[in-house]
Amino acid sequence: MNAAAPAIIAEGLTKRFQTFTAVDHLDLRIEKGEIAGFIGPNGAGKSTTIRMLCGLLRPSEGHALVAGFDVGQQPEAVREHIGYMSQKFSLYGDLTVRENLRFFGGIYRVARSDMEERTRFAITMAGLQGREDALVRTLAGGWKQRLALGCAILHRPPILFLDEPTSGVEPEARRRFWDLIHDLAAGGVTILVSTHYMDEAEYCNRIALIDRGRLVAMGTPGQLRSRHLGGDLFEISCTPLGAAGQALKDAPGVIDAAIFGDKLHVVLVPGGLDSTTLPGFLQDHGISVQAMRTVAPSLEDVFVQMVSGHHGEQGAP
Amino acid sequence: MNIRRIFALAYKETLQIWRDPRSLAIALLMPLMQMTLLGYGVSLDIKHVPVCVYDQENNQQTRGIIGDIVSSGWFSISRTLTRQVGIRHAMDRGDCIAAIVIPANFSRRLASTGSAPVQAILDATDVNTTNIAIGYLQGAIGEINAGIDAQWAAAHGIQPSQIGQVDLVQSTWFNETLDSRNFIIPGVVAVILALVGAQLTSLTIAREWERGTMEQLISTPVTALEVMLGKLIPYFVVGLVDAVFCLAAAAWWFKVPFRGSIMTLFVTTALFILVVLDIGYLISVRIRSQLGASQVALLITLLPTTLLSGYTFPIDQMPAPIRALTFIVYPRYYVTILRAIFLKGSGLADLWAPSLGLLIYAVIVIWLAARAFQKRLD
Repeated sequence: MNAAAPAIIAEGLTKRFQTFTAVDHLDLRIEKGEIAGFIGPNGAGKSTTIRMLCGLLRPSEGHALVAGFDVGQQPEAVREHIGYMSQKFSLYGDLTVRENLRFFGGIYRVARSDMEERTRFAITMAGLQGREDALVRTLAGGWKQRLALGCAILHRPPILFLDEPTSGVEPEARRRFWDLIHDLAAGGVTILVSTHYMDEAEYCNRIALIDRGRLVAMGTPGQLRSRHLGGDLFEISCTPLGAAGQALKDAPGVIDAAIFGDKLHVVLVPGGLDSTTLPGFLQDHGISVQAMRTVAPSLEDVFVQMVSGHHGEQGAP
Repeated sequence: MNIRRIFALAYKETLQIWRDPRSLAIALLMPLMQMTLLGYGVSLDIKHVPVCVYDQENNQQTRGIIGDIVSSGWFSISRTLTRQVGIRHAMDRGDCIAAIVIPANFSRRLASTGSAPVQAILDATDVNTTNIAIGYLQGAIGEINAGIDAQWAAAHGIQPSQIGQVDLVQSTWFNETLDSRNFIIPGVVAVILALVGAQLTSLTIAREWERGTMEQLISTPVTALEVMLGKLIPYFVVGLVDAVFCLAAAAWWFKVPFRGSIMTLFVTTALFILVVLDIGYLISVRIRSQLGASQVALLITLLPTTLLSGYTFPIDQMPAPIRALTFIVYPRYYVTILRAIFLKGSGLADLWAPSLGLLIYAVIVIWLAARAFQKRLD
């Protein structure tokens, strides 16, 4: 595998379970050393895609190369080069911290001379000093997740797949976990991580938004924010909110209007209503406008808009 | 195949077995418990068959005959009756399964003709027990006859040898005491090891699927063969300990004579345990829930093993198609081997046929089990 080749390439990757298509012709290209985030609602196909890339599921169609090896044809070669953390906690609860590390060290054939140092590293990384001999099932969620990460990187894999590693973990522990991910990426490890926490998307170098098995968008958080909203975002305080939303839906220059908390988020393109004419337009519809301002879109705005737009397309005749 | 990975798996599995003392206790104590239940419960001998006696004559001679029957040890008198109808009542109530009736003119007929009938009425609802009781009764009457013959001959001035008695001298080999227990206990050991062994391993893969640890394990470069060997090694030790428990109980507690060599016993037992564990493993690979795997293991081992292994029902008495079927019932080979080692002292050279049967079985099952384990979720 040459230095310039991407760590992960997928072309037309598809997985069908009987009649249900979980992953639908997914194209993906992830460079070395990147932290790529898989974002999407539950059931979008994130886990299925990761499992195919790990060689755990056979693609129904298309192919993918991980570390230069075909996941369908050479799954064993792929497994030599990856670390994987499944969505469900999967260390042995009836073994201690040290025993779990020793087990995975043996399975990955980590050189015996390196074992001591790597075990210590994993224990320090997980913050489990002094609890080496505790049964893993007695640990709290955050420690378990960090230990699972420690086990998955014992053999220093160049590529790491993390399937919702922070689900069910308290916010403080989630931040610590992301610090570890960044440390690993700084060391040159390519990381594909899925999450359904929108705030975590900001921690990724690039984001792949997945919905209904399809790749809806991919780019840096900044790119997605500006490119995919398709216009400028305004936040309007007005009453009543519902009527305002209805009125703006078909107004010229408005590509999206959605209630966001107690405010209205509206996306405007040039050529129709603009920031000066919009308040008047609403007042003509009997709506009182208290304030209006431009806001920087959050990724959540982007995802809501894109996912709903996508569903709209699907629903159209 | 990598020794380090196999060792890592075996070590992990051993820790898990060790940390689960309840399962370990079941694995080690169950066989002993079953051994006691089956060893005592399954005996084809009947002692102290309850009989009712209706002695119509009731004199010294007839009481003597009844005394002789009782002293054989196979019968005990549950009731002494004074009316014929009492027999029916006693049988209806289950007080006896046989009634012995001595007619009123017994002594007179015996004295004048040299023969007199004794009636035996048997409750044939349990045919098996009845047949055995008839056999015992005939034996007891035969003894009495011999005595009477001698007396009669003496009374008529003829030497007993002159009336040409034919004595049937039975000779029994290997199981001299004709104790069915010596025949059954080695079979019980085979049945127990087959049941317990498959149970032990039937959970090992299913448990990893249920707990979610399997997904992590199959994402590593470990191979199917390594997983199988690593997981079987600790259970092989548990299986051997079980075998030692059962065989020791057979030899010392149930006093089955042991005439073979420990080496022959070890080699064949190890082979049998390997087959049994691999069958459980194969089930575990196929069925991803612990409950399902355990039940399938019980189902596919219990019935064939108890019915077709020849441990109680002799294989050569079965109809040809069923007899052919017994060749795929692996415990039959071990039942044959154990009986031969215990009672005949046979060595491996004598036991090549059933040992080869087990070996072929082991190779096929290991091959199937290693292939059946797929490192895929779909």
